Amino acid sequence: MADLSINFAGIRSPNPFWLASAPPTNSGAQIHRAFEYGWGGAVWKTIGPPVLNISNRYSGLSIGGQRLLAISNVELISDRPLEVNLREIAEIKRLWPDRAVIVSAMVDADPQAWRDIVMMIEDTGADGIELNYGCPQGMSERGMGAAVGQVPEMCELNTHWVTSVTKLPVIVKLTPNVTHITDPAHAALAGGANGLSLINTINSVMKVDLDTLQITPNIGGRGTHGGYAGPAVKPIALNMLSELMTDAGVVGSGAPISGMGGIVTWRDAAEFILLGASSVQVCTAAMHYGYRIVEDMIDGLSNWMDDKGFATIEEFRGHSVPQLSTFGQLDLGFQAVARINPDKCIQCNMCYTACNDTAHQCIDLYTPGGVQVNPAISGPFDPRMNGKEVADSRPTPKVREGDCVGCALCANVCPVDDCIEMVSVPSDRPHVTWDELSAQRTPVTQQWDAMEAYRREADIEIH
Amino acid sequence: MTHSSSPPAPERSPSGSAWQELLPPLSAQEATVEANRCLYCYDAPCMQACPTHIDIPTFIRKISTGNLRGSARTILEANFLGGTCARVCPVQELCEGACVLGAEHRPIEIGRLQRYAVDHVQERGVQLFEAGPGTGKSVAVVGSGPAGISAAAELAKAGHTVTLLEKRDLAGGLSTYGIITLREPVEVAQREVEAVKALGVMVQTGHEIGSKADMDALLESHDAVFLALGLGAVPALGIPGEEHILDGLDFIEQAKLKRDQLPVMGHAVVIGAGNTAIDAATMARRAGAEVTMVYRRTEHEMTAYRHEYEFALHEGIQFAFLTQPVGVKITAGRVSGIRCVKMTLGAPDASGRARPEAVPGSEFILPCDTVIKAIGQEKPVLAEVLGLELEQGYIKVNAELQTSLPRVWAGGDCVRVRGSASTVMAVQDGKMAAQSISTMLGQTTDVQLTPEFPAEVRSHPLYLAAHGPEAQHG
Repeated sequence: MADLSINFAGIRSPNPFWLASAPPTNSGAQIHRAFEYGWGGAVWKTIGPPVLNISNRYSGLSIGGQRLLAISNVELISDRPLEVNLREIAEIKRLWPDRAVIVSAMVDADPQAWRDIVMMIEDTGADGIELNYGCPQGMSERGMGAAVGQVPEMCELNTHWVTSVTKLPVIVKLTPNVTHITDPAHAALAGGANGLSLINTINSVMKVDLDTLQITPNIGGRGTHGGYAGPAVKPIALNMLSELMTDAGVVGSGAPISGMGGIVTWRDAAEFILLGASSVQVCTAAMHYGYRIVEDMIDGLSNWMDDKGFATIEEFRGHSVPQLSTFGQLDLGFQAVARINPDKCIQCNMCYTACNDTAHQCIDLYTPGGVQVNPAISGPFDPRMNGKEVADSRPTPKVREGDCVGCALCANVCPVDDCIEMVSVPSDRPHVTWDELSAQRTPVTQQWDAMEAYRREADIEIH
Repeated sequence: MTHSSSPPAPERSPSGSAWQELLPPLSAQEATVEANRCLYCYDAPCMQACPTHIDIPTFIRKISTGNLRGSARTILEANFLGGTCARVCPVQELCEGACVLGAEHRPIEIGRLQRYAVDHVQERGVQLFEAGPGTGKSVAVVGSGPAGISAAAELAKAGHTVTLLEKRDLAGGLSTYGIITLREPVEVAQREVEAVKALGVMVQTGHEIGSKADMDALLESHDAVFLALGLGAVPALGIPGEEHILDGLDFIEQAKLKRDQLPVMGHAVVIGAGNTAIDAATMARRAGAEVTMVYRRTEHEMTAYRHEYEFALHEGIQFAFLTQPVGVKITAGRVSGIRCVKMTLGAPDASGRARPEAVPGSEFILPCDTVIKAIGQEKPVLAEVLGLELEQGYIKVNAELQTSLPRVWAGGDCVRVRGSASTVMAVQDGKMAAQSISTMLGQTTDVQLTPEFPAEVRSHPLYLAAHGPEAQHG
């Protein structure tokens, strides 16, 4: 069985699955139960100045009956007394010495305030500190959370105030509500951060109720923006992780990254690790299904690692990072075409209409007798045919490969797994990148007539 | 008759009643989840397999977006009896049978989704359609079953003055009297009658057209007549004691509308093996009888849908195949059994099915207290009285559903010389006949399915590229 243990900037945990600083890590009793289920670590819900929470603080995104594809929250940092949190942190760490106990904190932008809270955290015996520079709601209006994370100078300064007074590993949690995620990352590292975590939640207004015309969640007749998280944000998180993992400054620092944003299963976690994350954090999925999901996360990741021959997390961490490229580095001579497996095709013909209406009009429909048809203008239906006869006479989609640009829209709309495959085909086109073309034949990338001439020369026909 | 022990008690509706609809309505959540499972196929096969060509992917998508009124409109525009059809259609043979998910997965529950959308508006008494601007023409529709209501609704929508004549006390035809409550409660059929009335159709119940003179009078006072006569009673078996045998349709009607007057039955024998026979057997079973269905061929030749046969088995109904009734045994003035002979299958007959032949000396008595027959229906008697040209006893019509008499159309079961009689086919007949009548009455279709573009647009390269070269001619 694979070894799932990790060492994150000196913070050790038996597996890479940490509960993110959020409602699931609100109290010692909760984290105790989570650890019983097997979570490798927990980032304690942010401690800091006094707050009062409101009701109707969560709002979910449902699509097609699927609940909590995303959640928006207007919950603040911990509303429990500071000393209760500190006492429970110490107790949890004592009871669970092998688990990672990290304390998230946020205070006013004041060195003394930071020194005070850091000293209190150190006294608990916790393994590390996560600086919450990410919360987009409630605290940011008070000059904390995202208000710090969005201003690189503030990020560096606040981080420095912490790292200069503690020997504990310090993780800076980044807000995605910025233009370039690398700017606050550089600032945090300049401030002495030992690790980074991302993404915090995204600014969001969840919805407007069409019966009441009220913004949802409706908080006493008012609505406000909240922090957006859950499965729907995963691609955004993966992109920001990728940006850090391809940034020389970040990679050169050697600071590990704790990835989060939409992780529901071990599969999601493995993707984050393949793109360089050293640990992963989970919140929405735990809020949806409870702590028990970690059992399959551990089991599934372990089995997958066994299948792939990875003995440790480090063996595959960042494995997919070298593929990350800019558009200008992509091979313009690479060609793929869609192939529809007629044995798997169920003749829903979703690919046909998608290609015909919104892509490149290169899928045709053929009757079982091999006659090409266009249902849009074919005659009326025959009411004497029963359902099975209709099903048996359905036209089947077929790709005109010569005209297929390989956009892959059809493969994405197809409801049957592995029915439409994007097949790499030999190409006569020059294997050149846009960057190379720009450097070697600048006019081609600047002027349409030069581009046309190049296309003729390279035998590239735009369908 | 192979079982000696009592069959299991039949399944009850979710409410626990033996008589209520078997399938519960979908909850809002169930409907949303099921609607979202639909792939929204291009040129969907379900839509083609539906004889009324309801735009199924569209109505399901509207359910998924919470646009239930729009969904019901999509359904009812194509099929005014969408509420009945959602319940009685053999969906396994039609829309759901064509669903592309059927091969590898579970087809979308199209019937139940349709019922969800239509019930949503009809339970609230919402009427989605209006009578068209008056044309000054009037049409009489004879018979208020599905074909009659469908035609009357479409004719009213086209602006004609419509009178719907029904010989019985309640309108609705088989939907009201002949569909067992496990599938369709009377209220559903009555809501459809209300909907057609809301279009201004004058519904006259207790009004029978019984003679050529009646017909002439109708033609005198109307511009056109649509005959939706349905079929007649269950034909005679021609065996001794026939007068003691109950008519299956009468029995179903009684079970539906006068349940308290149902005869007490210990053991009932149902003769026949079609869908109506299974309905009658089901009703007898629900009334507490032990039921045996008697059929002279085997389960392979029976005309009931496979799913109906399986349902009957599930109900605990027993089957005596290769058994031909030859007489009713009467003891002290009451039915005490049915005399039968064993059959064997011989060479195929005209219908292509193996011809059953009696096994000499095999006569036996099947003890029972009630005998019900459901072996089809008599051809429409009135057709002959009116002097209509017939085809194998059914009213002969052309592709436009016109009969041999000028200004007279017919549709529904009374013309169903080919294909299987069904509600949904009757609805489509009503629709097609209404269209033909409207055309005959001088109305041109003002609804273009595709917008008619000027010639310069239709010959434009962009138009041709968008639609393909054939579009020019289409």
